[in-house]
Amino acid sequence: MSILVFVEIAEGKIKKTSIEAVAYATAMGGEVTALAMGDIDQSELAALGNYGATKVIHAGDSRLNDGVILAYANVITAAMKTSGANTLVLANSSLGGSVSAHVSIKMNASLVSNVVALPETSGDFKVKRSIYTGKAFATVVLNKANKILAIKKNAVEIKETGGTASVESFEADLSDHDFLTKITGVQKATGDVLLPEAEIVVSGGRGLKGPENWGIIEDLAKALGAATGCSKPVSDMDWRPHHEHVGQTGVKVSPSLYIAVGISGAIQHLAGVNSSKYIVVINKDEEAPFFKAADYGIVGDAFEVLPKLTEAIKAANQ
Amino acid sequence: MKILVCITHVPDTTSKIAFTDGDTKFDTTGVQYIIGPYDDYALARAVELKEQTEGSITVLNVGTAETEPTIRKALAIGADDAIRVNAEPTDSLFVAQQIANAVKKEGFDLILMGRESLDFNGGMVHGMVGELLGIPSVSPVMTLDMDGFTAKMTRETEGGKESIELDLPFVAGCQEPIAEWKIPNMRGIMSARSKPLNVIEPTGNDQGATLEKYELPAAKGAVKMVSADNVQELVDLLKNEAKIL
Ligand SMILES: Cc1cc2nc3c(=O)[nH]c(=O)nc-3n(C[C@H](O)[C@H](O)[C@H](O)COP(=O)(O)OP(=O)(O)OC[C@H]3O[C@@H](n4cnc5c(N)ncnc54)[C@H](O)[C@@H]3O)c2cc1C
Repeated sequence: MSILVFVEIAEGKIKKTSIEAVAYATAMGGEVTALAMGDIDQSELAALGNYGATKVIHAGDSRLNDGVILAYANVITAAMKTSGANTLVLANSSLGGSVSAHVSIKMNASLVSNVVALPETSGDFKVKRSIYTGKAFATVVLNKANKILAIKKNAVEIKETGGTASVESFEADLSDHDFLTKITGVQKATGDVLLPEAEIVVSGGRGLKGPENWGIIEDLAKALGAATGCSKPVSDMDWRPHHEHVGQTGVKVSPSLYIAVGISGAIQHLAGVNSSKYIVVINKDEEAPFFKAADYGIVGDAFEVLPKLTEAIKAANQ
Repeated sequence: MKILVCITHVPDTTSKIAFTDGDTKFDTTGVQYIIGPYDDYALARAVELKEQTEGSITVLNVGTAETEPTIRKALAIGADDAIRVNAEPTDSLFVAQQIANAVKKEGFDLILMGRESLDFNGGMVHGMVGELLGIPSVSPVMTLDMDGFTAKMTRETEGGKESIELDLPFVAGCQEPIAEWKIPNMRGIMSARSKPLNVIEPTGNDQGATLEKYELPAAKGAVKMVSADNVQELVDLLKNEAKIL
């Protein structure tokens, strides 16, 4: 089996979710070729060998620095055909979702998104995916010879193999049609750690009473190297930017640790956090439904508990 | 501008998720159905665009007869007419093909839908429809404004957002804050009853993936409570038990 992995680049580095995709493909067995697009250091690409890729192909066309969906889909399709791969693995990201959908039609492939485990391939090719925003799973059979798996964060453990990969440049025929979508600007999210990919998330809800009180959330996040999130009403009221809205209709997170402060734990909020490894809830109401979904809980006033917790974490870090 | 809004008919966000028939069927007992919340954003924006640019809105749903109340609700919110493709929406590829066929027949300038459905969370129908029609797709779209035939949009990424310009026709998968959900008023509800709802039969039966079984996640263990006066205990648990810090 020959597998192509599409890896995404952010700030000159391969994204961690894409490294997980390489690790996933390696764990599937077979020959793993990674494909990267746009400007990036060759050494970054060669380092993918450490996660099991034997070869990295690089479409360095500078028009591919921006994630233009049609162009990306065409390059991936060309790379699958050239490398003879019948399986594509990629991260289930903002860009990866759309790109993989276009490729699935071009390649007449079965596409499954939100994949949470390695496939079973003894009989039919089956894979487990998350559905109902993490409230359930479905095992599905992929019907077509060509297959595309879009992997949810934390579906596999990243293992270092100590290998190195050769890097080759790759050119695909791209037409003006591929660049119909013009990306005219890119605005970076505020905060040092990106919410969808964060290992630790500290989220605040309506219990914080107003945007002026977010300092205690930010201080705790900083002490933990965490991203900040919020509940939907908080972003609806513009206390926090929309990209911080966590839940069924917002960002779905799967961190190692999710800390919820002054959030009641409505079912729609829980749906966005239920694949976190550990959940800590801080709420002044001992009846708050969030405690039922938590691993650790503190009943108390956020304005008193948070500064103390931040200090205790800072002390533990030293 | 002719706008198509594709809607899903999904369990209300508060529904209890359970399965029957040896974990092969969703248990619909007591479940209320709604327009997919992301589709509802797309529809709300379509209604605003229609007011600004003069045009028409058709809603499309791939579903069996029981989805008609959901379709009528979309008509009450402001769509002019509706198409129901009479089939179970069992697979993204199948659904995308039905939508693409309808677009080829009727011709639409702008095709909107939610970024993903709330039940299967596939997030791929917009991209598939775009490719089947040979036009671009963009998702997840946070804002969409028309300037003649050119749309100005913002798309959310993990690292922030992108500003995009794109000429019609194209497909967009929508999310907040593109518009606020609209609640149908009495006039809308009355007029929805007489708006055309055309039922057409599906074409083909190409399925990308077939369900084998459903499963629920393992139940969570009991929560460990820590006193608010002893936050150090929480730090110790995170360090020694969860091994996170
Ligand atoms: C279709 C639909 C989709 C939705 N999608 C989402 C979604 O994606 N994400 C989402 O978050 N919501 C979503 N919601 C909204 C959801 O139902 C809840 O309304 C929302 O999550 C509540 O936000 P909250 O917990 O911040 O506020 P509240 O429910 O008001 O809770 C505030 C909490 O703060 C506590 N508190 C108050 N003061 C303090 C203090 N000093 N110290 C500590 N604790 C304090 C209170 O005890 C309470 O538990 C959706 C709703 C619908 C209908």
